[in-house]
Amino acid sequence: MTQEIIFWALSTIAFICAIYTVLAKNPIFSAISLLLCFAAIAGHYLLLNAQFLFIVHIIVYAGAIMVLFLTTLMLMNLNDETEKHKPAIAQMAAIGVSVVMGVLLILAVRKVGLITPVKAPTPEVGMIGSLGRVLLDEYFYPFEFVSILLLSAMVGVVLLIKKDKKTEYK
Amino acid sequence: MTLLNIFENPHITINHYLAVSAVLFTIGVLGVLYRRNAITIFMCVELMLNSVNLLLVAFSTYHHDTSGQVFVFFTMAVAAAEVAVGLAILVTIFRNIHTVDIDELKNLKN
Repeated sequence: MTQEIIFWALSTIAFICAIYTVLAKNPIFSAISLLLCFAAIAGHYLLLNAQFLFIVHIIVYAGAIMVLFLTTLMLMNLNDETEKHKPAIAQMAAIGVSVVMGVLLILAVRKVGLITPVKAPTPEVGMIGSLGRVLLDEYFYPFEFVSILLLSAMVGVVLLIKKDKKTEYK
Repeated sequence: MTLLNIFENPHITINHYLAVSAVLFTIGVLGVLYRRNAITIFMCVELMLNSVNLLLVAFSTYHHDTSGQVFVFFTMAVAAAEVAVGLAILVTIFRNIHTVDIDELKNLKN
């Protein structure tokens, strides 16, 4: 019973914050409500007993990605006065397309026949021990490639941001 | 401390998580179509990535298999790299033409 209440509460928070992310006029409010939505999703991870991912999600999204977003927003000094909206017909079309897509997705997942789990339940799944064993055993090479990806992204960002007098145009 | 597996609760099934993920993904698609600010569009892309991550974790717990959570770990790393590079591109664009409005970025000419 308690789990049900927590599940529906977290889902409701996630939905409301996600919709406010889309509809807020000020991009800063969008970012803050996206942060709350991520917090609700982190709660879902805890509910699903994915404790390692819960911590990683909070560190990566709340700690790194949202700080990047907010810093960029403040750097560009965007607020609701500079914010423009699409014409009403484009907004209506966007809402119509997404509603149709959502209804289709939900109808599709209602029809789906799912395989019942074959493995015996273990409390180990999602704990850092078992995750670390799988990560460094079965997925060792992808793990190393991810580190190369992050390194190259870092170098790329530094190169992109660097001011270049020759390519800058007015 | 090990929390109880939520799927031992008979009232919450994997279909609930499928529905929640579908709705979150749809809200993300709505945001991409609805907004003009490129940074807000980025946020909605993050929302879509997160809805899929949530579903991967739900299936991983449902099947008692850790591999799904490893995939989520990789997705988070790729998302972090994507956001860093994307925001760097946006900052460079803003420095040059002083806007990140996608309706004004639609021509590649200066």
